[in-house]
Amino acid sequence: MSSLAFQDVVVRYDRHVAVQPFTDSVRPGEWLCLIGPNGAGKSSVLRAVAGLVGHEGTITVDGAPLAVRSPRRRAALVAYVPQSPLIPADMTGFDYVLLGRNPYIGYFGSESRHDRALVQDVLERLDLVRFADRRLGTLSGGEQQRLVIARAVAQEAPVLLLDEPTSALDIGHQQQALELVDRLRREHGLTVVSAMHDLTLAGVYADRLTLLHQGSVVAAGAAAEVLRAETLSEFYGVSVSVHHDPDGTVVVVPRRTAPLA
Amino acid sequence: MTAHADHRPRHRWWLLAALALLVGAAVLGAMVGPAGSISSTNWHIIWKIRLPRVVLAAIVGSMLSLAGASYQGVFRNPLVDPYLLGSAAGAGLGATLVFAYARSATLHWPVDPLPLAAFVGALVAVLVTYSVGVSFGGNSLTLVLAGVAVAALCTAVQQMVLLRNADVIDEVYSWISGRLSTATWADVRLVTPYVLVSSVILLLHRRQLDVLRVGDEEAASLGAEVKRVRLVVVIAATLGTAAVVSVSGLIGFVGIMVPHVVRLVFSASYRWVLPMSIVVGATFLILADVPGRVLEHGRETPIGVVTAFLGAPMFIVVLRSKRRLT
Ligand SMILES: Nc1ncnc2c1ncn2[C@@H]1O[C@H](COP(=O)(O)OP(=O)(O)O)[C@@H](O)[C@H]1O
Ligand SMILES: [Mg+2]
Repeated sequence: MSSLAFQDVVVRYDRHVAVQPFTDSVRPGEWLCLIGPNGAGKSSVLRAVAGLVGHEGTITVDGAPLAVRSPRRRAALVAYVPQSPLIPADMTGFDYVLLGRNPYIGYFGSESRHDRALVQDVLERLDLVRFADRRLGTLSGGEQQRLVIARAVAQEAPVLLLDEPTSALDIGHQQQALELVDRLRREHGLTVVSAMHDLTLAGVYADRLTLLHQGSVVAAGAAAEVLRAETLSEFYGVSVSVHHDPDGTVVVVPRRTAPLA
Repeated sequence: MTAHADHRPRHRWWLLAALALLVGAAVLGAMVGPAGSISSTNWHIIWKIRLPRVVLAAIVGSMLSLAGASYQGVFRNPLVDPYLLGSAAGAGLGATLVFAYARSATLHWPVDPLPLAAFVGALVAVLVTYSVGVSFGGNSLTLVLAGVAVAALCTAVQQMVLLRNADVIDEVYSWISGRLSTATWADVRLVTPYVLVSSVILLLHRRQLDVLRVGDEEAASLGAEVKRVRLVVVIAATLGTAAVVSVSGLIGFVGIMVPHVVRLVFSASYRWVLPMSIVVGATFLILADVPGRVLEHGRETPIGVVTAFLGAPMFIVVLRSKRRLT
């Protein structure tokens, strides 16, 4: 289990500042969910951790800065599931998940017997064996998404980043994917940081929510503290009603703004 | 329990079968020619004329196919060929300059300046393309666009030179169409070191090319050093391409078609596409070089014309049969 800490992290694209100084500390095994309207900087935070965009400040895993790591070492610490993965249509499911082993294979090397066995094991545990020989182009969006998550699992990194992992899925597959992440988190003690649009689902699965707006944190804490009708109306410009189920679930329901006839 | 079928043993058999086919093609290539088949001719013709030609065809065909597959990998585009970044136009310009200005002056040189000029022209063109592309971001799109610009510039200069030196148009044209007819063991010796170095480097990168298939960004998140891989693969593929172009001229279509056929009938993984392209490319060019020798006596059909003539219909057949299967 590993902790992930941000200290005054700033991300800019040329002059445009996408993330204002961001400081947070994600406990080992914790699930932090970033929420906020489009363009708030959620993806930029995740991409900074994955090393895909430069940043100021420091990001550390277990206290050691990520920036000084070699790309392979970093990939062994942090697995990243992008918002819209590029799916090579003629690659098989097995070969795709095998890509997750790249951080452990030498530059000129080939995968070992252990790598292949591990991929087979991941496919079995995630109930994806039947897609091992299928070409990705012949799979549905939900099936592809599960293979992307399987690739991240094969990466065996203690920190898992998910950028809107469910936005392309129907409600059943959304739940399936998030349950899968939750299970992996429990079984392997993964530390998870995700960006999500569905606020109710975010509240259900994450331990903690952080609401970003124009690159700054404007609210943070447990679901009940962050998901308030006034807060959401201020930063999303939406009209919602928030219900608290007896089991603690916070349900966010959009409201019609026009009066009912 | 392994529900997943491991394809590697089957792929190895395919590779062996393709190698056997290559040997068959080489034997055929050595036996056929205007001087008749083996029984009616002597070993001198086979050793001095036909064998170097067969060997050079194998080297050129495999190098162009391997370089084409590698370029397709680093640019994530199945429609590119090894000439993408301007190596063909650069080599063409280098050769044209020699034909136009240096032919008589270098007549008594111990070495022929033609291959050297084509080689240098190809390398310089790709170098310029790469520097321009990198200064504008260095992603595959800027590189390809820079390649288009450099190729256009080289071709424009070449045409200006040809307009002023109309007497060499025939020679330049025949060089551009590609040729194996003048192959000698000296040509083989000249290109072999470059082709060997290039091929070894490219083959060592075959797994890296598979990682790049998920895009620069995801590949980087998997720990790949995308820019380094792209630079090394482009340099190696260009070196090999420039070397074979310098002795055989511009043989088109092989570099784009062979990797495609391999991908369609065999495997889309670069770990198999690269080695298989070497074998299939060599076989294809040896066979393509046979009809040109016997069709017309006196003047041979340029090999570049034959490859397109044979390759295009073959390609369409493969495409069609594959579409029916899937
Ligand atoms: N590659 C980029 N170049 C320039 N600006 C970018 C780039 N990526 C994101 N941005 C800008 O940074 C801000 C934050 O974007 P992003 O992190 O993608 O937000 P979110 O994921 O919350 O929708 C936005 O204003 C967006 O326009
Ligand atoms: Mg985003």
